[in-house]
Amino acid sequence: MSNRRDFMGIALGGFTALAGGIPALYAMKRSWDPLPSVKAAGFTEVDLTTIPENELMTEKWRGKPIFILKKSADMPQDPRDVIAGGARYHVSIGLCTHLGCIPAYFPGEKKFKCACHGGEFDASGKNTFGPPPKPLVIPPFKVDGNKIVLGEAGPEYLEMQKSGIA
Amino acid sequence: MAHFEKASSITEWLDQRLAITTVKKVMALEYWIPKNINFLWAMGMVLAFTFALLTISGIFLLMYYQPNVDTAFDSVNYTIMSEVGFGWLWRHIHGVAASVVFLVIYIHMFTGIYYGSYKKGREMIWLSGMLLFVVFSAEAFSGYMLPWGQMSYWAGMVITNLFEGFSPDIAGGIMNAPGLVEWIRGDYVPGQAFLSRFFMLHVLLLPLVIMGLIGLHFAALRIPHVNNQDGEEFDYQEAAKLYKEGKTKESKVIPFQPVFLSKDVFVLGVYLIFFFYLVFYHFNFAMDPVNFDPADGLKTPAHIYPEWYFLWSYEILRPFPKDPGLIAFGFAQVAFFLLPFLDKSDTVAPANRRGLFKYWFWIMIVDMIVLTVMGKLPPTGIWNHIGLVAAVVFIALFVALPWVTKNENRA
Repeated sequence: MSNRRDFMGIALGGFTALAGGIPALYAMKRSWDPLPSVKAAGFTEVDLTTIPENELMTEKWRGKPIFILKKSADMPQDPRDVIAGGARYHVSIGLCTHLGCIPAYFPGEKKFKCACHGGEFDASGKNTFGPPPKPLVIPPFKVDGNKIVLGEAGPEYLEMQKSGIA
Repeated sequence: MAHFEKASSITEWLDQRLAITTVKKVMALEYWIPKNINFLWAMGMVLAFTFALLTISGIFLLMYYQPNVDTAFDSVNYTIMSEVGFGWLWRHIHGVAASVVFLVIYIHMFTGIYYGSYKKGREMIWLSGMLLFVVFSAEAFSGYMLPWGQMSYWAGMVITNLFEGFSPDIAGGIMNAPGLVEWIRGDYVPGQAFLSRFFMLHVLLLPLVIMGLIGLHFAALRIPHVNNQDGEEFDYQEAAKLYKEGKTKESKVIPFQPVFLSKDVFVLGVYLIFFFYLVFYHFNFAMDPVNFDPADGLKTPAHIYPEWYFLWSYEILRPFPKDPGLIAFGFAQVAFFLLPFLDKSDTVAPANRRGLFKYWFWIMIVDMIVLTVMGKLPPTGIWNHIGLVAAVVFIALFVALPWVTKNENRA
């Protein structure tokens, strides 16, 4: 008797978990996903012609700040630089790779410093001090003459990705 | 169907249907509390009352608060604060209680640790209490998001970023969870989806969990009974019998109602004077000035720090590089859960009668205070070094606990 009752219990429990529980969990997980409209609104075009050298410009892309820094001739060149219209730019997502605060740029020291936990990055976005574990992240970009499109992966970006920079 | 006689009073009518006399007896009139206790045993009731204050003030705030990124800030700082009659009262009660409740939780916790009330049958009281602490922390965090000021936004950014996990190059990236942060937020950055879901958590799901856990916490007390000042084990049935025979002096227990409750209410009264003094004259300590600037995703405030009650665990995260910091932080979150299992002593007694554990307890208290102070100071120079030492001491204390307590059994 008790075996048949156990069997009924296990069968009911198993069926509920498989047919009800797992699909319900999947539906709940999907309901927490970012909406398609949020994912789709993701391209920003920036005109680089008017940017002065060694002065940080901040753009907004997918709600995140994007750092664009036009390098002057005396600043060291780096494979992370984006070249457009003959000039070199540092382009990165302006969030500290430690926990996501926005570092500030100090043009005199040519450094980014994060106020939250004291992290520092050089003008190429490479971490030089403090808790940040890696350089500032380079967003997907495509060079289009004197313009740059954020969110679209151009050949230069794919090249950086292949060599592990981006 | 059961047979019902005609009732001669409302009490009898209810008693026939709900057995209210029995319920009252079991829950209060014959729920026995040891005599040998002090005011620290009233903290549970103080917490329950503070939770009630949070619930009631929250209900009134809920009537005017708007969980929308464009209107949330004004619905709190303009509508509730200057338009709604007595809106300021609910907000200040809610804000002050959210802060003070953690002060009382810490007192309640450290009382339990000092008197050894977490072991020898009382493990479930301790574990359910620690679960309450974690869910209260989540409740405090989700509530802090709702005014959608600068501190709300950036605390939300920093805390959700913790779920990025370890750096992708650790152990082939298995400890890294790409996309988890965006999944939690419902967006690339904290936005409307984030605000709505944290609103839901704050006003519905987490309060439900808290209420369930409070039930479990109370239920966990019934079999092992509440501890007393000497950790003394005695026969409750015998003590209760003495009390019921009128030998109240000889008995080691008192009934919850009315004897224990009358003393409890006195402590509660003293607490409420302090509490409402804060609400009316000193509410500013619970209102960070930075959070009176509306959220701006393109401008980080100069210093980001959590509310005072999270500072100690924040300081365990901060002085390390990212990956070890996450491990240390994770350890700090579970360390107190492990207490009943790390304490190898069979003795239930106040810490000052427990040999090395006495020193362990007071070093732990001092270390938590040092961590709290350092967490508030900017992470530079000497403060960073002191913070690092205090964080290492915290971890070392818990690792050393089994050896600290093992010798007690021999004596």
